[in-house]
Amino acid sequence: MNRIDKLFKDKKKDILSIYFTAGFPELEDTLPIMRALEKAGADIIELGVPYSDPIADGPTIQDSNTLALQNGMSLNKLFEQLAKMREDISLPVIAMGYLNPVVQYGIEKFCKKCQEVGVDGLIIPDLPMKQYISEYKDVFDAYGLRNTFLISPQTSEDRIREIDKHSDGFIYMVSSASITGAKSGISQEQITYFERIQKMGLSNPRLIGFGISDNETFSTAAKYAHGAIIGSAFINLLKKAKKEGELSGVITSYIKKVKGE
Amino acid sequence: MIAVDENGFYGKFGGAYIPEMLYPNIEELRENYLEITTSADFQEEFRSLLKDYVGRPTPLFFAGRLSEKYGAKIYLKREDLCHTGAHKVNNTVGQIILAKKLGKKRIIAETGAGQHGVATATVCALMGMDCTVYMGEVDMARQKPNVERMRILGAKVVPATSGSKTLKDATNEAMRQWINNPVDTHYIIGSVVGPHPYPEMVARFQSVISEEMKLQLLEKEGRENPDLVIACVGGGSNAAGAFYHYYNQPEVRLIAVEAAGLGISSGKSAATTLLGKPGILHGSRTLLMQTEDGQVVEPHSISAGLDYPGIGPVHAHLFDSGRGEFVAVEDEAAMQAGIMLSRLEGIIPAIESAHAFSALDQIKFNKEDVIVINLSGRGDKDLETYIKWGNY
Ligand SMILES: Cc1ncc(COP(=O)(O)O)c(C=O)c1O
Repeated sequence: MNRIDKLFKDKKKDILSIYFTAGFPELEDTLPIMRALEKAGADIIELGVPYSDPIADGPTIQDSNTLALQNGMSLNKLFEQLAKMREDISLPVIAMGYLNPVVQYGIEKFCKKCQEVGVDGLIIPDLPMKQYISEYKDVFDAYGLRNTFLISPQTSEDRIREIDKHSDGFIYMVSSASITGAKSGISQEQITYFERIQKMGLSNPRLIGFGISDNETFSTAAKYAHGAIIGSAFINLLKKAKKEGELSGVITSYIKKVKGE
Repeated sequence: MIAVDENGFYGKFGGAYIPEMLYPNIEELRENYLEITTSADFQEEFRSLLKDYVGRPTPLFFAGRLSEKYGAKIYLKREDLCHTGAHKVNNTVGQIILAKKLGKKRIIAETGAGQHGVATATVCALMGMDCTVYMGEVDMARQKPNVERMRILGAKVVPATSGSKTLKDATNEAMRQWINNPVDTHYIIGSVVGPHPYPEMVARFQSVISEEMKLQLLEKEGRENPDLVIACVGGGSNAAGAFYHYYNQPEVRLIAVEAAGLGISSGKSAATTLLGKPGILHGSRTLLMQTEDGQVVEPHSISAGLDYPGIGPVHAHLFDSGRGEFVAVEDEAAMQAGIMLSRLEGIIPAIESAHAFSALDQIKFNKEDVIVINLSGRGDKDLETYIKWGNY
């Protein structure tokens, strides 16, 4: 069974998904960070595939992308690193990246490689639903990859229903009209939006992301969805941890704090 | 008329590859732009501003000494005489009226050379709209007078500090800010790039260039069609405007001139059709300078307005279909052409436009040929670059 499907079957709330950029802070940190996340109790790993022009990302993730590319990260390198991932990592792994590098690598070859190394799903923010349905869905399906779409507070109800119909992992709820980046707190306006979506009775589970950074924002968001996603705040943590020279311990204590343990 | 299909594709190129957060913005535009911009109301305001504010029609000038030198009948379409000094304002006048009719309160824009930024700041002042322009840090340094012009006009200029710190990064930043401000803000893109409907919409606004050329040629030459039209291509808006009404007239040769920078194989170039492969940038599938891994390559051109790693999808199609001829001109040759035009005709061109003149050295044509070169802008903004180059 696909690990994403299994997770959402077994766990209905407080799911914690962590995003980080592959090859950051250093090229060979990818697997150690994934191991540390598994040990620390995260539920999903979202592995960012770095890109030169990430238009949906704020400065923190932009910088991590630039650094990872400078470090020499590429899809070839990433698949090489992930070849042995499934020897000791059992969490669902989602590759998140922009369309152009995937297209240049070759869609079919990319999906095949994902399946080979044990990637369970994809998030490609600039792949529009229409193109996905007409050109990509069959290939994703053939290699057992779940595809996740984003929705935002501006997404119309009709469009959300359409997205729900074509999603098969979970729906990524962008918490506000914004690019990625840590913000302080969750506003009443955002909660109204969370509640509106919660009441729609969608068939896919939902995770809330963008602006989630600590126990307070995580537990608030998790009340209105199946869980939440942390990205920029975790990237900032990695930067700090690297200075202190100790990834695993810093990651463990952060994840425990976020989960309120 | 250059036709686009219902999904915004010119052949294999175009479309709208955008994050879902931009979908409502783009949909609002796509659903409304044709109805609004073809309405009598809109057209009246647009035409009247083009005439009385921009100063259209711009002259079609017979360049006698240049014609003598090259042995052909060469006309210059004087977009350099537009208010603000380049063709860019044709598009910003159109988009600001559209933004107003859509009920928008704020305008954001990207700029490379600063011409589009100035043209945007200008129409925002005219309409009393709040204006923020994103500009690469590198471009801010090399196009300083334009930065100050925007500020004098009341716009906020925000440096883009990521990547190559030029036009591509300014465009990324403008798109991000549009994601952050989806309701009250309109994004005025400055060229025939970006997600559908931008390329098509900008080409329509710029099509006034070839619309006038037809009438002016009829008057001067007794025929609407020249034998060649030559225009420089950054994103490709002045070229799209100059080619627009000739696209379906196969007897008119369309010459698109790209910036070769320090040379095609120097690693410092912006000649997209020679160096690029199909890829996705700023929401459209087009030709794109990129690494084998699909990372966008940082381009180089001495002219900030041509310093872009992609090309509008309409031009990718022009190239791919063989309808257009593409020429690449190096920095040095462009600068020399700029001096040549200054000495022969008393017109100092923008360095972008100077590329188009240098193409005369590379293409073959006949003595009787009528050639129109689109003189997209004047050289005032480039004085510092001319001075630094110094070879005059
Ligand atoms: C005078 C002039 N010509 C040409 C360009 C290139 O843009 P496009 O290719 O969209 O015409 C610019 C851009 O700034 C410009 O200022």
